Amino acid sequence: MANTKIADISADKFRPLPDTEKKQNEIVRPSITYWQDVWFRLKQNKRATLGLYIIIFLLLLAVFGPLLSPYSYSDQFLDKQGLGPSKEFWFGTDTLGRDIFVRVLYGARISLAVGFLASVINLTIGVLYGGISGYFGGRVDNIMMRIVDMFYSIPLILYVILLMVILGPGLKSIFIALGCIYWVEMARIVRGQVLSLKEQEFVLAARALGADTKRILLRHLIPNCMGPIIITVTMNIPKAIFTEAFLSFIGLGVSAPMASWGMLASEAMPAIRSYPHILFFPAMAISITMLAFNFLGDGLRDALDPRLRK
Amino acid sequence: MMTNTEVLLQLKNLKKYFEFNKGLFGQNKTVLKAVDDVSLEIKKGETLGLVGESGCGKSTLGRTIIKLYDVTGGKIIYDGEDITGLNDREMLPYRKKLQMIFQDPYASLNSRMTVGDIIGEPLDIHGIASGSERKEIIHDLLNKVGLTSEHANRYPHEFSGGQRQRIGIARALAVKPDFIVCDEPISALDVSIQAQVVNLLEDLQEEMGLTYLFIAHDLSMVRHISDRVGVMYLGRLVELAASDELYDKPLHPYTKALLSAVPIPDPKLAGQKKRIILKGDVPSPINPPSGCRFRTRCRFAEEICREAVPEFKEAEPGRFAACHLVDKIN
Ligand SMILES: Nc1ncnc2c1ncn2[C@@H]1O[C@H](COP(=O)(O)OP(=O)(O)O)[C@@H](O)[C@H]1O
Ligand SMILES: [Mg+2]
Repeated sequence: MANTKIADISADKFRPLPDTEKKQNEIVRPSITYWQDVWFRLKQNKRATLGLYIIIFLLLLAVFGPLLSPYSYSDQFLDKQGLGPSKEFWFGTDTLGRDIFVRVLYGARISLAVGFLASVINLTIGVLYGGISGYFGGRVDNIMMRIVDMFYSIPLILYVILLMVILGPGLKSIFIALGCIYWVEMARIVRGQVLSLKEQEFVLAARALGADTKRILLRHLIPNCMGPIIITVTMNIPKAIFTEAFLSFIGLGVSAPMASWGMLASEAMPAIRSYPHILFFPAMAISITMLAFNFLGDGLRDALDPRLRK
Repeated sequence: MMTNTEVLLQLKNLKKYFEFNKGLFGQNKTVLKAVDDVSLEIKKGETLGLVGESGCGKSTLGRTIIKLYDVTGGKIIYDGEDITGLNDREMLPYRKKLQMIFQDPYASLNSRMTVGDIIGEPLDIHGIASGSERKEIIHDLLNKVGLTSEHANRYPHEFSGGQRQRIGIARALAVKPDFIVCDEPISALDVSIQAQVVNLLEDLQEEMGLTYLFIAHDLSMVRHISDRVGVMYLGRLVELAASDELYDKPLHPYTKALLSAVPIPDPKLAGQKKRIILKGDVPSPINPPSGCRFRTRCRFAEEICREAVPEFKEAEPGRFAACHLVDKIN
């Protein structure tokens, strides 16, 4: 090669590439969006998938389960009190002769309603409040965050007790109390994200194009915080469910004959020595739900973490 | 390149200060003068290069011109209209005329949007086109910047830095602007890609009659593309001249120092030229030196440089410099 002179190379060796070779420069890998990628990694995580299946199963049970049962949550069988699990009563009966299985299913409805409420509050008030606060920054941010601090510094129990004085005990008071504080953490997280994102050049580009605040928040900033938002929601749902269970357990929740898991557990307490199964089933329902949401939350955290992306 | 001498954009004593409140109640205000008293004119169809070390306020100047930042003082006059005080709604028509290409091809595209939506967003905002017409415009724009229409459905992370920069250019072009601030559009790219992007920008300029403010931190990069070059130091313009004149005979000591650091491709010539090494670091813009801001690193500095701020004035016909000693040292 070394002794080939430039002049020896004939000119017809230099010609444009045929079109077929140009094709090689194109991207051939199928287009994978960020979310497809996340879904792929989530599916590989066994615990998270298990959590997801359990949650779906619970949802189906809560919605359709009570329809399939021959009993209602308030039906009493006075001759069948405190029975253990059997073919007739899968989870047995309580001291008043009510079917525990159907009561646990009704409890699931309440728990999942609480979880649903928490996520709706998170996704609406929390996300928008945090987004606006972070985007405007400065004085607006300062005032909005002090309001958040105010909500955050009052213990939940105090809200519930105060609301009960006004509205009377029941699900409504719990819902409002949860609604008052369950957006706070989300607002803080979204604000932090937005504060760092809003200086990025893609946001400046949108502003240079004349995008208004609404568009920048909804099209640019919030979609880019989706990871932390989803993680926060999945972590907040079990917290809200547990809070409701706890409040019902100490007697601040739904009243009889309605059933919620916390209340079922609390009803079982006096007879725990003679009828431990009455406590076992609602406690198990609470634990499994907590675990399922936490598994899913952990899995999502890993799947959404860009540092783990390959 | 220069087609006529009509002024498109004029800056009059433009200032952009950033304020930091240290104390809880806003006491202890610290002011960072990122752009301080910059006056210049950009003519229709020309490319004005803007150079200076990083942190000297080039990006801030570019962003202030297109009003991404509130103006602290001075005036921005675009095509005879004072746009300094316009609010967001009044600014909207000007958003179609003044555009920007950003430095970081990774941060400047929203990773959650497809390329088609990124380029289509200006069309949506200004209600320029929708439906199939929108699609057609997007495809045209992609072709114009050297991409293909199949790229519209893909996400930014599937593209290389150079391709992403092309997408950014297509987005800016979507509104058919007259004036584009190019904020170091090639600094983040591979050397082999830089020339391609510069050529693209030049072709587009010719085709669409664009006016550029081309920011770079490296003098060698702007020489090729600029008609005139401005040199910035610590928020101020220190020299402005036609690019050949500036390179052949820099007037300001800072420009001299910057130019001596530019590598020269011819080793014979390189031997003849002596390098001027700048002493020390760039002082903090929060606490700039009194008088001439460059005096702490200037080898000619005298007493007067400490006492008075040098005026930015015409030192030679068509050449501006801000230096007390400009006649003495040249
Ligand atoms: N949004 C901002 N808030 C506060 N200070 C800023 C901001 N943007 C830039 N600065 C400061 O202004 C100065 C000029 O920055 P910049 O315009 O980015 O310089 P360049 O583009 O020349 O590298 C720097 O000291 C920088 O720290
Ligand atoms: Mg910059």
